[in-house]
Amino acid sequence: MSSTIAADTIEVMEQQDTGPRSAGRSLNAEEKRDIDREFSHYEDRGSVALEALRVVQKHRGWISDDTLYAIADYLGVSPTQLESIATCYQLIFRQPVGEEVILLCKSSSCWIMGCEKLQRHLEQQLGIRPGQTTPDGLFTLLETPCLGDCDKAPVMLVGEEMHRHLSADKLDEFIQEKKKHHADQSAD
Amino acid sequence: MLTNPLTKNIGEPGIVTTLEHYLENGGYRGWRKALHMAPDEIIQTVQDAGVRGRGGAGFNTGLKWSFVPRGKDAPPTRYLVCNADEMEPGTFKDRLLMEHDPHLLLEGMAIAAFAIGARRAYIFIRGEYHLAAARLETAIEEARGENLIGTHITGSDFQLDFHVHRSAGNYICGEETALINALEGQRAIPRAKPPFPQVSGLWGKPTVVNNVETLCNIPHLIELGVDWYKKLGRGEDGGTKIFGASGRVKNPGAWELPMGTPIREILEQHAGGMQDGLKLRAYLPGGGSTDFLGPDQLDLPMDYDAVGKAGSRMGTGTITVLDDHTCPVGLVLNLTRFFARESCGWCTPCRDGLPWAVKLLMRIECGEAQPEDLELLREQARRMGPGNTFCALAPGAAAPILSALKLFEQDFNDHITRGCCPYDQERQHIPLAV
Repeated sequence: MSSTIAADTIEVMEQQDTGPRSAGRSLNAEEKRDIDREFSHYEDRGSVALEALRVVQKHRGWISDDTLYAIADYLGVSPTQLESIATCYQLIFRQPVGEEVILLCKSSSCWIMGCEKLQRHLEQQLGIRPGQTTPDGLFTLLETPCLGDCDKAPVMLVGEEMHRHLSADKLDEFIQEKKKHHADQSAD
Repeated sequence: MLTNPLTKNIGEPGIVTTLEHYLENGGYRGWRKALHMAPDEIIQTVQDAGVRGRGGAGFNTGLKWSFVPRGKDAPPTRYLVCNADEMEPGTFKDRLLMEHDPHLLLEGMAIAAFAIGARRAYIFIRGEYHLAAARLETAIEEARGENLIGTHITGSDFQLDFHVHRSAGNYICGEETALINALEGQRAIPRAKPPFPQVSGLWGKPTVVNNVETLCNIPHLIELGVDWYKKLGRGEDGGTKIFGASGRVKNPGAWELPMGTPIREILEQHAGGMQDGLKLRAYLPGGGSTDFLGPDQLDLPMDYDAVGKAGSRMGTGTITVLDDHTCPVGLVLNLTRFFARESCGWCTPCRDGLPWAVKLLMRIECGEAQPEDLELLREQARRMGPGNTFCALAPGAAAPILSALKLFEQDFNDHITRGCCPYDQERQHIPLAV
């Protein structure tokens, strides 16, 4: 990732990481159980490296250095080996990310259909560049290679949901909706 | 005669074919038939039908299977891997098949696994395809529940199990040896060949890696035979193919059509022609790593050899259309940025060459280039060409650059002489954050 996160943003996120999501340098029973479930599908423990990273990321939101060490320990692989795997996948986050990770498709068809304009709009509305997270910890913006929905371009993926035929209006609607959703949640 | 074997079960967009529906429509007949055939006979059938790899390379699938060692001395453990890491820019065909008719893929995989003697089969799916992965997992449960796969396959002592491996966003995993490394839990970089995966692949065992659409071709071929399959095609190659079109056409989409359907027919009849006020400038026949072709090449039949002879590749068969209001230099820059980002870094021409190509293209697009930069870019792209790297990523990246330099020479020159991009400024590339 060629983008950077502002130092104060990381600070905000790291403070948040001291909550229930963070388990420090060892894996909890639930995480271990989720990883154990994967072993039967592969020939050796090391082969579940990506699955393990994904499982733990689901619990903790991202993979900190401590988390990486803990997983490596559990799998019996070296931390550098695990790091070499973690860093080759865009969906494994080695930095804190927001509640909503926006994967904006930047591939050829989406580019022809105007994704640069949409990116500018998102950057303006959220006040961040790709690779950054809003100071409130709500949104992370990432550019992504082709999402394979080119006949409905431009598109983005947020969580497990595809957003298709995007326009500036649709993006505004999306941002408002998510902000409201998270405000309601924290009010509960 | 059945003419749409790949999509016959696909109705409403977004609605998945359940096992019940699949069986009602004659599903798993090919698999039941295959269980009573000799593996060699299945491989021969696939080879005779000339099923060519739909991932883009177009290699004869039966021939690929035949490279797996057979006989008493062959290693008993073998693997089948379905390559569902669809990430080629402009490609959206495997998503369609997996989200709508997952059992067709499972049936094709079952037959392929039986033919090569694999008892374990993986579906390596990109991490962004959440719905497809979930639907495949459900379909596997359904098929296991009916003893179509698993440890008690009805009418056979063959055992077969499937696992969906979700990747996490990495283009190079689509390359079969990088995919194998990734499945083993290694960093996803390609392996040197030989040995080929069919002899020594996943965990050192014989392994066949086939694309989703390729495997979806198998069930009906086994059920209905080679003659039926060959008759489906309009040209040299048999069968049907999911063709698609994206870009500023009236009706972007994907359609199952006979192999060898003329490109003009795909773009004008199915995609509805260009949006009002736009003209077709050029197209990429099958993804970001194919060469641009111009409007004078619209009457080509979409099959591997015809598009190859015209100087490009059919690739994935999903066409990206470039209109006359969109900057061709900008599009090439977009593609090159993608390849530069996705280079695994193993080979120098790719790791170092692609960022240089991006820099040059950015300079040209922004109107800051010198005339000699064009030759430098051409030279750079040639160095990324075939024979200089372990895998096809860099040669694939060179294809749109070199073809664009020929086809859009005037546009490249205009950017330099005018000192700016003459096209729509709203689409101007945003420089990467530092």
